[in-house]
Amino acid sequence: MQETTVTFQPTEPRPAPVHQTKAIAWLRSNLFGSWFDTLVTLALTGLLLSFVPDLIRWLFVTATFQGDDTVCRENGGACWPFIIEKFQVLMIGVYPQDLAWRPAICAIALVVLAWLTYWDRIRGVALIVAWAVLPIFALIMIGGAFGMQEVDQSVWGGLMLSIMLALVGVIVSIPLGILLALGRHYGSPAIKVLCVTFIELLRGVPLITILFMASVMMPLFLPPELVINNLLRIQIGLIMFSSAYMAEVVRGGLQAIPKGQSEASLSLGVSPVYTVAFIIVPQALRHVLPPLIGRCIALFKDTSLVIIVGLLDFLGMIKSAALDTDWLGFQAEAYVFAALVYWLICYSLSLYGRQLEKRGPNART
Amino acid sequence: MRESTKLAAVTVAALLGVGAAGAGTLEDVREAGELACGVSEGVPGFSNPNSDGVWEGLDADVCRAVAAAVLGDADAVRFVPLASKQKVLAVSSGQVDLTSRTTTWTMKRDSAEGVDFTAVVYYDGQGFMTSAAAGISSATELNEATVCLTTGTTTELNLADFARANNLTLEPVVFEGKREAVEAYASGRCDALTTDSSQLAAFRAGFADPSEHMILPEVISKEPLAPLVAHGDNQWKDIVTWVVYGLITAEEFGVTQANVADMAANSGNPAVQRMLGATGDTGGFIGLDSTWMVDVLSAVGNYGEIYDRNLTSTLGLERGVNAQWNEGGLLYAMPIR
Repeated sequence: MQETTVTFQPTEPRPAPVHQTKAIAWLRSNLFGSWFDTLVTLALTGLLLSFVPDLIRWLFVTATFQGDDTVCRENGGACWPFIIEKFQVLMIGVYPQDLAWRPAICAIALVVLAWLTYWDRIRGVALIVAWAVLPIFALIMIGGAFGMQEVDQSVWGGLMLSIMLALVGVIVSIPLGILLALGRHYGSPAIKVLCVTFIELLRGVPLITILFMASVMMPLFLPPELVINNLLRIQIGLIMFSSAYMAEVVRGGLQAIPKGQSEASLSLGVSPVYTVAFIIVPQALRHVLPPLIGRCIALFKDTSLVIIVGLLDFLGMIKSAALDTDWLGFQAEAYVFAALVYWLICYSLSLYGRQLEKRGPNART
Repeated sequence: MRESTKLAAVTVAALLGVGAAGAGTLEDVREAGELACGVSEGVPGFSNPNSDGVWEGLDADVCRAVAAAVLGDADAVRFVPLASKQKVLAVSSGQVDLTSRTTTWTMKRDSAEGVDFTAVVYYDGQGFMTSAAAGISSATELNEATVCLTTGTTTELNLADFARANNLTLEPVVFEGKREAVEAYASGRCDALTTDSSQLAAFRAGFADPSEHMILPEVISKEPLAPLVAHGDNQWKDIVTWVVYGLITAEEFGVTQANVADMAANSGNPAVQRMLGATGDTGGFIGLDSTWMVDVLSAVGNYGEIYDRNLTSTLGLERGVNAQWNEGGLLYAMPIR
């Protein structure tokens, strides 16, 4: 038997990286890495070249930025004066224009609060209270109370209405969804059956059905004297629909928390309510943050369906603006603007979602 | 327990109290101080909010006329945009006092669906649009033509009937939505486009050069559009009906927004005197002031002015069958006396 001694043999040092300009290196590794990559790159470039120049020409080069509809028709490109002229009705619908400062204040409040929230300047209880108070403040400002002129809900419209439906929808349906999820997960058999029925019933039908039910069918069942505002019925329908989905998202989070956590908590003498409220739910919510933000974005986009029940939300006003007899034929501009606004709002929401995730599990919520 | 019983009692009482207020639509409207009027969410020339957020159009002006007659204030209207599916139900369930929303007067709606139609404000009907370059002057010359239209509507059936009745071979090109059908026609996919003529006019006005397209004179279906009210309130139905007749009569006798005050004081025509309350009290027949038509006409003008303001000057829509009976049209208002 012979003992062999293995000595450590270092591998050859790798050659220093060849100095490359960043852009070329990036191109080579990302776009022309292999023959397949090269093929895809070329195909996509061809595709882009086939319509981007025309799009840019339409959007900017032949577009009209000042003037009226006759100038627009002569130039042939996009007609931006149309959007400028229609801007106010797109934002607030047929809301009285001399009272437009009221929704404007609400919009400023919303932007400020969103800014503070995004940069994490407002936290904990203050954050929750601020977001709960904002819709109430907006309802009072827009609807009128305490001596301010009252404005009926049938004239609320435009982007204001879309945001309000979504905001109230999210703020009410998240707590409702958490309660439903807890009921389904921890509730007594009776509560569990109730929660499961509610969730599955609402998840089993399309939103359009619920909106029709709320708007067209409900007046048939109610006595004719009892007129519940159309907008309120739609809002309740949206909240119910959204909370059923929120509940399922939250339930996913609840299932991800190991049973040991609640057992440990209970054995330390923490009451069951406190265990759920302060140990289980905060962790569960952190787990499901991405899908929760996703539901919020989806709810905002879902509000565009309310046009089928006669509410002139942002998309409804877009359609109606394109039908103005002075500006017939400019619906493309209207829809481009709508796409831009929807994208801006939804993208900001998803940016906020990413920001929340980055704060990590050790950060306070 | 006792507290909750009391609460329930209060709730029931409140409901009954609300119920007692619903005696008649006229009283309800007067009490509310405004007329809840259902309109469409956007049909050019009929009802659509303009850039200042004010509802414009023939249907919207009918709402204003009724508000002027009942409340003396044409601005006391709460416009409620209604989707097509809501237009009958909203009025039969009392959500609105009146629906003035491009609704075709049909037997089923008038009888089985719990609403009453008042008086026709616009005789619409399916028509054709072709390119002016084609040199066609009548729809009967459309033989062998391709026609763009939307699927699943009576439009398709009407077209087939028209073709069979006139021994034409027409090739329908069916699209899911109106917008698609119009785009297809504009891009030259079809020789002609068919839908209700009021809409054809709106589409035509939206083309880059409207003069390149013409609407043919034939109208191949009957679409009488009329405001509707809930079934069972005869007084309210009378009010809306006679406001519409008043608008049409005013045009017939040359009473306009500008000269209504003068006519009320000085007209020697007995029919005008009766209508404007100079002699007799026609307003009293329907529970209104004797100056009801003065209020209406000084607020919105007569039917011709409304039509011109909303349809002719903006969409280039001619009067056609919507002219007065003595000018070859169908407008025939019942006498106000």
